Amino acid sequence: MSEIDKQPGRLRPAPENFLSEEQVKAVGSGRRDFLRKSFLAAGAALATPIAARASEGDSNILQNPPWTTSLGQPVATNAYGMPSKYESQLLRRESPGLARVGGASVSFAPLQGLFGIITPSGLHFERHHQGWHDIDPSKHRLMVNGSDDSLLKKAKVYTLDELMRLPSVSRIHFIECGANTGLEWGNVAVPTVQYTHGMLSCSEFTGVPLKVLLEDCGVDYKKARYVLAEGADGSSMTRTIPMEMVESGEVFVAYGQNGEMLRPENGYPLRLVVPGVQGVSWVKWLRRIEVGDMPYATKDEAVHYIDLLPNGLHRQYSSIQEAKSVITTPSGGQTLLDKGFYNVSGLAWSGRGKIKQVDVSFDGGVNWKTARLEGPIQNKALTRFNINWVWDGSPAILQSRAIDETGFVQPTYGQLRKVRGVKSIYHNNAIQSWKVVESGEVSNVQVL
Amino acid sequence: MFRFSKPLFVFALFSASTVAIAFENYQGVGRPATPAEVKAWDIDVRPDFKGLPKGSGSVERGNELFEEKCASCHGSFGESNEVFTPLAGGTTKDDIKTGRVKGLSSGELPQRTTFTKVATISTVFDYIQRAMPWTAPKSLKPDEVFAILAYLLNLQEIVPADFVLSDQNIGEVQKLLPNRNGMTTDHGLWPGASAKKGGIGNGGKPDTANKACMKNCKPDVLIGSTLPEYARTAHGELRDQNRSFGPVRGTQTLGPEAAKKAADAGTLDLATKSGCMACHGVKSKIVGPGYNEVAARYKGQTDAETRLIAKVKAGGQGGWGSVPMPPNAHVKDEDLKTLVQWILSGSK
Ligand code: HEC
Ligand code: HEC
Repeated sequence: MSEIDKQPGRLRPAPENFLSEEQVKAVGSGRRDFLRKSFLAAGAALATPIAARASEGDSNILQNPPWTTSLGQPVATNAYGMPSKYESQLLRRESPGLARVGGASVSFAPLQGLFGIITPSGLHFERHHQGWHDIDPSKHRLMVNGSDDSLLKKAKVYTLDELMRLPSVSRIHFIECGANTGLEWGNVAVPTVQYTHGMLSCSEFTGVPLKVLLEDCGVDYKKARYVLAEGADGSSMTRTIPMEMVESGEVFVAYGQNGEMLRPENGYPLRLVVPGVQGVSWVKWLRRIEVGDMPYATKDEAVHYIDLLPNGLHRQYSSIQEAKSVITTPSGGQTLLDKGFYNVSGLAWSGRGKIKQVDVSFDGGVNWKTARLEGPIQNKALTRFNINWVWDGSPAILQSRAIDETGFVQPTYGQLRKVRGVKSIYHNNAIQSWKVVESGEVSNVQVL
Repeated sequence: MFRFSKPLFVFALFSASTVAIAFENYQGVGRPATPAEVKAWDIDVRPDFKGLPKGSGSVERGNELFEEKCASCHGSFGESNEVFTPLAGGTTKDDIKTGRVKGLSSGELPQRTTFTKVATISTVFDYIQRAMPWTAPKSLKPDEVFAILAYLLNLQEIVPADFVLSDQNIGEVQKLLPNRNGMTTDHGLWPGASAKKGGIGNGGKPDTANKACMKNCKPDVLIGSTLPEYARTAHGELRDQNRSFGPVRGTQTLGPEAAKKAADAGTLDLATKSGCMACHGVKSKIVGPGYNEVAARYKGQTDAETRLIAKVKAGGQGGWGSVPMPPNAHVKDEDLKTLVQWILSGSK
């Protein structure tokens, strides 16, 4: 990449120093169309070629661009608005070789380019076990029943019409796949934060507390201590949820996501929200809730989402996502533009409550400074942190370390591997390290 | 036994009256499920076999069914790694005795199969019944599920070749499952009551205890692992996965041939979006043939493009085997054309 692409808007003394040979030739041959087109070109940086005037100032200022001197487009040109065409790089992406078929796979959210804490719905990560469907809401039903009749007064059926009449709550929560960062248990395996941490998203969800429905059906809380949630897709995903979480009012049956209905890939028209717990329990396309008196050992809690320990045992029903954080800017696969000032920014979250503090190290964990947290800090939601940094051009290793309201401190790779080995797949919440070299290139490394 | 806090206990005692109030509060919302509706959807089978349908099936019948309905993805012996991790293999006679799969701790297992992990036989029955075959879930009758499970258990050498599995003897088979003692719930990640209080786990006690040290925390920085070169380039052009403005740029990871690859990737994207890649690999067969196999078969046939567009649109079977391709009427004609041209020109 040439300097000029990297540094639009900077003034340089002479054209030959900041135009590529090609660009100089184009200007020299009087190709005005090149200039005009360049205004529209994806890297708007190319607009600089009014080279002769460089000494007077930036041509983007000296010469008003077309959008300042012409009429723009009318309202509702895009009845459903889309991101700018210059934003085409930030997409959900699969990690090659991770899964063999797209219907039982993952697409990762592009955390490297996101701001704040809300994940745009179209960039929310995906994990499907048997493909996704766009379900007709008028045909969708939610059934609530008991594993036997003594646990519930009456099994009931609800339509979306009915669920949306009930008292609703709107809450911001993160959702993280239990296997997030799972590729990295043994060693560094993937280049960017999209692939290391991108099975993570955060939305405002709207729906009805599950407690409301269970009480409407006359649940016997004394006997029914477990809940089975089941999806309407081919896999009919099932997971066991503890009744304590339902009783607390935390678990809800959501239809809304970021102001609109859920996206089909995220469970339209109904999904379970189980704050702080790994994504697989947030059953999508939710069609049935069963209350029971024992856990269900479903496939995704008896064959997968179990964590292999060095002694050969698997941890079963491990559900909570413990405190974790990651720096998203700068992060692996990025290159810093230049020496000088940077706002280092990242995300922290905990399945046990609120984030209390995030510390950042620039020297691989020898010394730490406390970062600024963007408020309001919410329960079991992403928290954005920022910290100032002046890069002097020498090598550095950036790390972040989250502390949650229980006082739990995010572990190092060394600490985590000591208790869980390297084959656990799930629940990797180790401190992430990004190495910066003199060229400004940032890459993924693991510090023990 | 469960123990309860006092208010909850009181609530439980008076639950009947509380419930009556709830009903009135949400008047007009919801209706009772009919017994037939509950029966239709309540198909889960628990570890104590509650929910298990009556029925039976032999290893022999299971072998036939597996060959017909499962082998295309999982291999005739449940050994295939093509579509998903293997179902069968990896356990020994000794494991059946101890109920712990030794390979899990000795490091001798190249890969964990389903039967090296599962501790509850109900799990496998429940899952096959609800989700398999992958492209036709819930199409199996209970007897068929018993038979297929009997076949899988025989592959694992848990039951003999003349075995007939049924709702009556499945409990005996549970006692022979190779990893039946292989689970622990001694951890702090269960969000409900602890084992002491009748639930699961240690009540939330974490297994790591980092300290929030701020200054001179360690003598040196030990790097355990760095990004291997192949991993740097395996995820495409990283420059194009970042904005072209802002404090950083994506690092350029690919050379000039990236453009051709990107074009291929564009069509691959279209194929993925159109649902084709659920059943086809570019190189290898999944349910349908690999695209390179298709290109090889029709090489030099001028009418292949038109014929294949029609076939993909309408679906069909017999060209590559007995598994049918469903109709793809949801894909636009021009996209079908792009896809078939891409396939025939040696897609990558
Ligand atoms: C079209 C391909 C396909 C066919 C045919 C198929 N399966 Fe599967 N099977 C899969 C995929 C993909 C998964 C993984 C699903 C997931 O990620 O949740 C799977 C998972 C499984 C699992 C769970 C394995 C584990 O370790 O989690 C079992 C058991 C299973 N299949 C049995 C069967 C049986 C029995 C049949 C025939 C009745 C069958 N499958 C037919 C593709 C297929
Ligand atoms: C549900 C699985 C499935 C899906 C989805 C699917 N296919 Fe197929 N496809 C098959 C099977 C099975 C065959 C083999 C049919 C046969 O034996 O004639 C096949 C065959 C083909 C062939 C070769 C036909 C021939 O007669 O030689 C082409 C080309 C093809 N598919 C393209 C596509 C495209 C393009 C899409 C997406 C629009 C698609 N398929 C989606 C399963 C599928």
